[in-house]
Amino acid sequence: MEYKLRDVASVIRSKNSGPYELTFDIIFKDVEMFNKVKAAKAINNKMFAELYEIDQSEIIGLVYFEPAKAVKITIVRPFPSGALGETDVYGAQQHAPLMNMKFTL
Amino acid sequence: MKPNKIGDMKEMRVLSPTAILGYGFPMESFNEGMKRKPHVIAVDAGSTDPGPYYLGAGKSFTDNNSVKRDLAIMIPAALESGIPVIIGTAGGSGGRPHVELTLNIIKEIAKEQGLTFKLAVIQSEFEKEFIKENLREGKIEPLAPAKEITEADVDESVRIVAQMGEEPFIKALDGGANVILAGRSYDPSVFSALAIREGFDRGLAIHMGKILECAAIAALPGSGSDSMFGYLREDSFVLEPLSPVRKCTTLSVAAHTLYEKTNPYILPGPGGAINLHESTFTQIKDNMVEVKGSKFVPTEDYFVKLEGVKKVGYRTISCAATKDPIMIDQIESIAQSVKERVQNNFEHYGITDFFLDFKIYGKNGVMAMFPNLEKQVAHELMIIIEAVAPTQEQADTICGFARSTMLHFGYEGRISTAGNLAFPFSPSDCKVGEVYEFNMYHLMKVENPADLFPINYIEFNKGNH
Repeated sequence: MEYKLRDVASVIRSKNSGPYELTFDIIFKDVEMFNKVKAAKAINNKMFAELYEIDQSEIIGLVYFEPAKAVKITIVRPFPSGALGETDVYGAQQHAPLMNMKFTL
Repeated sequence: MKPNKIGDMKEMRVLSPTAILGYGFPMESFNEGMKRKPHVIAVDAGSTDPGPYYLGAGKSFTDNNSVKRDLAIMIPAALESGIPVIIGTAGGSGGRPHVELTLNIIKEIAKEQGLTFKLAVIQSEFEKEFIKENLREGKIEPLAPAKEITEADVDESVRIVAQMGEEPFIKALDGGANVILAGRSYDPSVFSALAIREGFDRGLAIHMGKILECAAIAALPGSGSDSMFGYLREDSFVLEPLSPVRKCTTLSVAAHTLYEKTNPYILPGPGGAINLHESTFTQIKDNMVEVKGSKFVPTEDYFVKLEGVKKVGYRTISCAATKDPIMIDQIESIAQSVKERVQNNFEHYGITDFFLDFKIYGKNGVMAMFPNLEKQVAHELMIIIEAVAPTQEQADTICGFARSTMLHFGYEGRISTAGNLAFPFSPSDCKVGEVYEFNMYHLMKVENPADLFPINYIEFNKGNH
C-alpha cells in the first residue's frame, strides 16, 4: 500500500543543527506505523537524497529514534547559515518536499 | 574530589522561566515556579540560529526592553529567596559587547530596585593571537562539516567566542556569586552547573538542562515564552510545565530531544557527550514526565566549541513583484540578463567586486539552497534584489542599478512596456548594513576549562557598585 508522509506523520520539520548542518524530523502519529516504516527502512538515505536532489554522501545520519516514534535525517547544509545566497537563515522551511513524499509498505 | 552532597540534598529544583531571555513569561507561571522553592533560576539568552550578523556586529537579536522586563522579575525574586540566577550566552551571542549590553541592563535594574548582591561576569570572547597560538600547537580542529582553518582565517574573523561548560559557573558559585552573567555558554550548562557542583549525576543534570533550556517548548502545546520546572534526583529527573494549559508528555519530551540536534542518541558538548541509548521517558502524572538512564560519557581530552564570523561587506536590497505571465515565463533568463548588464555597466568604472542575487519568491525563494528541486511557479512572483559589496555606497549602486534595469528591461515578447515591476515601497531600496558569514566552527582542546574563561566580580550595595 502506498502512503503519503503527511498523512501518517504528526510532525514534519526542518531546522539548523548549528550553522553547518540541517536536520529533518519526522514524528509518526502511531507506533505501529513507525515500526512498519522502521522495519521496511521505508525512509532511507537513497530516497532522501533523491527527494532533495543531493548526493548521499551529504547525509550525516539517518536515525530511527524510538522514544519519539521519529526518524531524524541530518545533512551537510548546502552552505553555512547566513552565507551569501541564503534564503532560510534558521533552516526552518526546508521540509516541504517531505510532506508529499510517498512510500510503499 | 568534589564532595558528594546527595546525602544532604535529595532533590535539585531548577526554574527555567523562558526559552530565551527576553522572550517573556506569564507572571502566573513564574509565581508557580517560585512556590516550588527552586534552588536556582537559570536562563539561556542566545543562539546561533539568527545567523552570523549578531556575533559580528556585537548586537543582540533580542530587544533590550524585553530582556530588562524578564531580568527585573527574575533577579529580585531570586535574591529574596536566597538562590542564584544564572544567565548564559548574554546578549544573544556571548561576545564582549553582548555581555556589556546585558551588564548595563543589570546595573539599571540594581539601581532602580536598590538591590544588594554579588555579580559574577564571565567572558568568552578570545583574542585572535590566543586562537592562533592554539592553532599552531595543533589544538584546534574543525567540527565537521566545517573546514580546516589557517591563521589567515583567524585574522579575518571579527569576533571569536568559545562555548563554556559548567566549570566556570561552578567556580563563580564557589566565589559567592548571587547572579552570574556569562558569555557564550553550552545551553544546558546554566541549568546543570549548580546540580553538578552539589554532586548530582552529570548525564542527568545535562540532559535535564538540554530540555529546560527551551523552557515550555518541550510541553504540549509548546511555547517559547512560558516556564518549565525541573526536579533532578539521584537517578532520574522530572519535568513539569508551570502553566495549567500545558502538559509534558513522553512524546513531547522525547520529541524535544530531537530538536536542533544531529543525532538524538548522542548529544555532544564541552568535555563529553550525553548518551541517550538507555534513556526512558515515563508519564508519572497527567502533565509530568520522568526521565532516567541518560549517561555522560567524557571525552579523553576536553574540547570547547569555537564560533567565529568574518565581515564580507554591506548589503542593500530592493523588493519588487510581477504578475505578468510573459515575464514570469522568462524570469530566470531576465534575472541573468540584468546581472550581465550590471556587470558590464560598472566593469570599467571600478565596481567589480560584488554579489548580486535575485531571490524569486513564488518559484524557489524558500529553498534556494537545493537548486535542483523541481520548481512550481506561482501566478505572481516577489523578487528580492540583493547586492553585497565592499562598501554600503557600492551596494546601493549595484542594487539600484539592477532594480532600474529590471524595471525597464526589454525581454522577449514584452507587451507591457510601461514597467516590469510592482514596488510595494517608496523608497524602493533599503540599506541593510554590514554582512557577516560564519568562518569558524571548531573544537579547541583545553587543559583547564574553568580557568579559560575569566571571571570578574561586581558587588552591588543597594543598587550602587
